[in-house]
Amino acid sequence: MDIGVIVSILDATLRLSTPLLLACLAGLYSERAGVFDIGLEGKMLASAFAAASIAAVTGSAWLGLLAGIIVSVLTASLQGAAAISLKGNQLIAGVAINMLAAGLTTFLGQQWFQQGGRTPPLQPGGRFTAIELPFTQELAGVPILGPIYSELISGHYVLVYIAFLAVPITAYVLYRTRFGLRLRAVGENPKAVDTAGISVTRLRYQAVLITGVLCGFAGAYFSIAQGSGFGNDMTAGKGYIALAALIFAKWRPVPAMFTCLLFGFLDALQIRLQGARLGGIEIPVQAIQALPYVLTVILLAGFIGKAVGPKAGGVPYTKER
Amino acid sequence: MSALRPLPRWADLVLLPILNLLLAFIVAGLVVLIIGQNPFVAISAIATGAFGNGYNIGYTLYYTTNFIFTGLAVALAAHAGLFNIGGNGQAYVAGLGVIFVALALDQYHWAIVMPVALIAAAVFGGVWAFIPGYLQAKRGSHVVITTIMFNFIASALMVYMLNRVLKPANVSGPESRMIAEGARMPRLSEFFPPFQYTPVNLSLIVAIIALFVVYVLVWRTKFGFALRTLGHNPVASRYAGMSNSRIIMIVMTLSGALAGMVAFNEVLSVQNRLVLDFVADAGFVGIAVALMGRNHPVGVAFAALLFGALYQGGNELQYVVPGLTREMVVVIQALVILFTGAMEGLFRPGLQRTFMLFSPEQKAEAAARETVGSEG
Repeated sequence: MDIGVIVSILDATLRLSTPLLLACLAGLYSERAGVFDIGLEGKMLASAFAAASIAAVTGSAWLGLLAGIIVSVLTASLQGAAAISLKGNQLIAGVAINMLAAGLTTFLGQQWFQQGGRTPPLQPGGRFTAIELPFTQELAGVPILGPIYSELISGHYVLVYIAFLAVPITAYVLYRTRFGLRLRAVGENPKAVDTAGISVTRLRYQAVLITGVLCGFAGAYFSIAQGSGFGNDMTAGKGYIALAALIFAKWRPVPAMFTCLLFGFLDALQIRLQGARLGGIEIPVQAIQALPYVLTVILLAGFIGKAVGPKAGGVPYTKER
Repeated sequence: MSALRPLPRWADLVLLPILNLLLAFIVAGLVVLIIGQNPFVAISAIATGAFGNGYNIGYTLYYTTNFIFTGLAVALAAHAGLFNIGGNGQAYVAGLGVIFVALALDQYHWAIVMPVALIAAAVFGGVWAFIPGYLQAKRGSHVVITTIMFNFIASALMVYMLNRVLKPANVSGPESRMIAEGARMPRLSEFFPPFQYTPVNLSLIVAIIALFVVYVLVWRTKFGFALRTLGHNPVASRYAGMSNSRIIMIVMTLSGALAGMVAFNEVLSVQNRLVLDFVADAGFVGIAVALMGRNHPVGVAFAALLFGALYQGGNELQYVVPGLTREMVVVIQALVILFTGAMEGLFRPGLQRTFMLFSPEQKAEAAARETVGSEG
């Protein structure tokens, strides 16, 4: 394999891991606050649809992104209302959100655009374009570092850079701010937080809303950056892979990034490995596709390390009276 | 005001689900209204499409069959405090068992193939649910996450099996050989012509038997008592000397076996071969059915019929009201799950207060207050 192939696989890895990373960090906030979220998929799907619809109508990718975020946040609030205020089952709330998004996006898409659930193709301004970092041309000729800089690091959508920037920001917020400390505390021992005079409900809502914003970015990435327009079930289970990545990373931001890169890499590899052979045996593509899920199951079962989630996760908090 | 008291049983089992269903319909109706259609026309189109004639009823019952199985699968696990979200994967993998048996035995009469295929579906579906059950019981991994992961592993496995193992050389798509006609499970239309060529078949009878079996198992056996104890309070069941991990593994296996019956219905009589995605999210509908049916077989039966009717009616809807597609039904289903499963708190406290106003104690108290008032 020459450097060109390696760079192109890694380039695809970055592109494919971006939505995973955004969704994974999204899930991190709400799960760290003690709200299980299996509705990442639904929020992304809702955002992807809203972003593509608005971008198609207005011709502006930024307005599309904004619409995606707003819709995702609204969906998250609905989920929050069920899981936090009404003390409902958080898992079932997530299932309902996923189903609602799958049904409504297809239904409204068909109603509004009459193209079998697809949104119209985007005009040039309606889609994010790749960003050329400075000195790309000048450095392209330098051996090894040249292609790495000009093809791997430069030339991505703005959302890719936002996603990777969100990692240090999340790590800082989580471990170095008062909000982060309280967020982690509310996921482990909400009663202690309540006793300290801090509102558990308020903190959990804040976490769920941040989840909504990040899922908004992730969804928009599918329909107005990576793709051009929304198609049925566009997120194709990526929300669940993000959930797997979150568990795999043991709910920590930096490992989350590496896990998403690994899962993105497996995805890139599986596209490239169609029909490839290893030692005379053909590797089934499906085996690589299933690998993230298998790895997560094995990790959860404690065969390689142990993943233990936030202690208060999944339990609605009831204030004593 | 004194603490809220629990609702009377009938209100909890019947009134609350109906209120939630009503709310789901109202919200869905608003969506229909927003896009400029008449919700009442839509609902009557769904009803006619589901029950209008023998053909419609046949299809409704075909969907109902699947939803009884997946609804029971979710309900049984729920009694033990487990949320089996993996019905899709379990049903999908069970398809392998059915097709192996059917293709191996299809020179024989269907009466021989049917029971063996039923057992194979139960075994394959059961194994696919046993593993998450084992991992929860012995290794402490959360059954919800594991079953979600197993859904995806199942679909990768099935794509591989269909493309590489089961696909005959002369077929282009990823599907298995057709089962010989004599080995296919008979459709009910053979005994009852008004069903025409609808796919409803003998597995409906199996579904009805399953409803009874689950009722007896949960409420009339020692094991059922143990699993309900576990569901209410795992500490108590362990203290009482029950083996929680054993119950979890058995319940998950049985739950997977029930979900696997979808494959028995689909592969042995509806599709007559193994195809991609034949489960069509029946596992997720099962969640709605179990929630709506309050995890009781009688409730599951009604809820499965309701969703069967919605699915069949939803198919017909687009021919009556142009633009209203069956996705509308997915929306209704999601709203039912949301309101009955996750937003119970919406109606329950209000309903409890309302009921307390009319409770005997309340009346007595009011009477007492009046006497005090007249004395003073």
